[in-house]
Amino acid sequence: MICCKGVCKSFSEKQVLSGIDFDINSGEIFGLLGPSGAGKTTLIKILTGQLSSDKGSVSVFDKEVSSLSGEDKKSIGIMMDQFGVYERLSCRDNLKIFADIYGVPHDRIRDTLEQVGLKDAEYRSAANLSKGMRARLALARVFMHSPKLIFLDEPTGGLDPQTMRQIHRIILEKKEKGCTVFLTTHNMEEAYKLCDRVALLNEGVIVEHGAPEDICRKYNHQKTIKMHFSSGEDIQMPHSPESAERISRLLSEGRIETIHSSEPTLETVFLELTGRKLEEDE
Amino acid sequence: MRNSLIIIKKQLKDTLRNKTVLIQFILFPVMTLIMENAIRIDGMPEFFFTKLFSVMYIGMAPLTSVASIISEEKEKNTLRVLTMANVRPWQYLLGVGLYVWSICMLGAGVMATGLPRGDVPFYLSVMAIGFAISVLAGACIGIYSRNQMTATSLVMPVMLIFAFCPMLAMFNSSIEKVARFLYTQQLRSIMDNMTFRGMRTADIFILFINAMVMVFLFFITFRKKGLE
Repeated sequence: MICCKGVCKSFSEKQVLSGIDFDINSGEIFGLLGPSGAGKTTLIKILTGQLSSDKGSVSVFDKEVSSLSGEDKKSIGIMMDQFGVYERLSCRDNLKIFADIYGVPHDRIRDTLEQVGLKDAEYRSAANLSKGMRARLALARVFMHSPKLIFLDEPTGGLDPQTMRQIHRIILEKKEKGCTVFLTTHNMEEAYKLCDRVALLNEGVIVEHGAPEDICRKYNHQKTIKMHFSSGEDIQMPHSPESAERISRLLSEGRIETIHSSEPTLETVFLELTGRKLEEDE
Repeated sequence: MRNSLIIIKKQLKDTLRNKTVLIQFILFPVMTLIMENAIRIDGMPEFFFTKLFSVMYIGMAPLTSVASIISEEKEKNTLRVLTMANVRPWQYLLGVGLYVWSICMLGAGVMATGLPRGDVPFYLSVMAIGFAISVLAGACIGIYSRNQMTATSLVMPVMLIFAFCPMLAMFNSSIEKVARFLYTQQLRSIMDNMTFRGMRTADIFILFINAMVMVFLFFITFRKKGLE
């Protein structure tokens, strides 16, 4: 669906992206993780044709981005970090503009608003919506014309947990319907929950990529098991036949309350690889 | 063209809720109606307020509204959303330009209600030329500005020159000598006579040059800045 080969981009003297390579398969959610200033938005702009790369090639739907036809572009939905809604217009009127542009029948507007939980706000002006509602309105605009490929630039940035969950649900629903989703985020929980594959971007370079679980397993150097006993005590044990025997005994005695393996999170992997936190600027 | 019509429809809805732009469109037509009907002074030229406010309308309304609309869309990121939805920059600019020009022509229609019926087509064609040049000037400022604040600071001096110089030129011959190089002053002279007859080649040339300068500036600004 998307193929990115050796993409480089610099602004003035500053190298923002260098040698970016990845492929995105049809129907998957691909996450680009990185802290603020890592180059996520620049990459999404290159992938959507808003910027051109200095080196390398980007193809979408097996075509160079610059040669995408109007019809191809209609199969793409883009939500940038600024939502770009018309504040003086109602939610319905906001969607109506894009329904007309994409040639979508107006009766789909209400269904789309219902999908994002904005049915009751249909005639409310966007200026009177909360930030979370505006985000959902922007999402509704992205989804309304049923695109095959969706780009979401920090779709949940600065939103409350409930709105985040709603947006996650909508994204997963779209995936189930066969949409391919490319999203950028610095929220590792979001990436872990939503993405089939992620790429960790730091200072314009992809430092690791793969399925979130695989990445976490790959960097599981400690290989320990954490247990919490009913007595309140916490202990860690290494992966070993002795530990297995002891855990088995403790379990049969009913002394263990919780038991966890100790794989690192994407956050700790990123920290290990770059020495930076994903959300250090937040 | 379809996308331009969508932009016009969108703009119409938006303007009804945008007092800043709305007031630009209705201020001078309403003032003209009030002043022409309320004030009668002996020796005052015929249709004095209609002609005076028409030139100010040409120099202010299209200029400020086009610049304000484009710069606001840039600032609020809605313009990027439109271009990403495959609305081409020329479709957007054509939509906004046509919309503002048409609304201003409606305003001019209201201002023309006091004129003799025979003068109305002439008056409207002069206004149409003036609005077209001002729309181009407003588009240059809108394209050049990153946000509304920049647009306002650029529009103010340009608007003062185009809208007020013709008025001041009536009272001061020195200003008149300079103002005659502005399209608004030339249009005021044409409106005074309500005929193209008696127009000198130099005056037509000044009008033409003004229009060409705006077209040139528009293309230069668009080429340099695009709609980013």
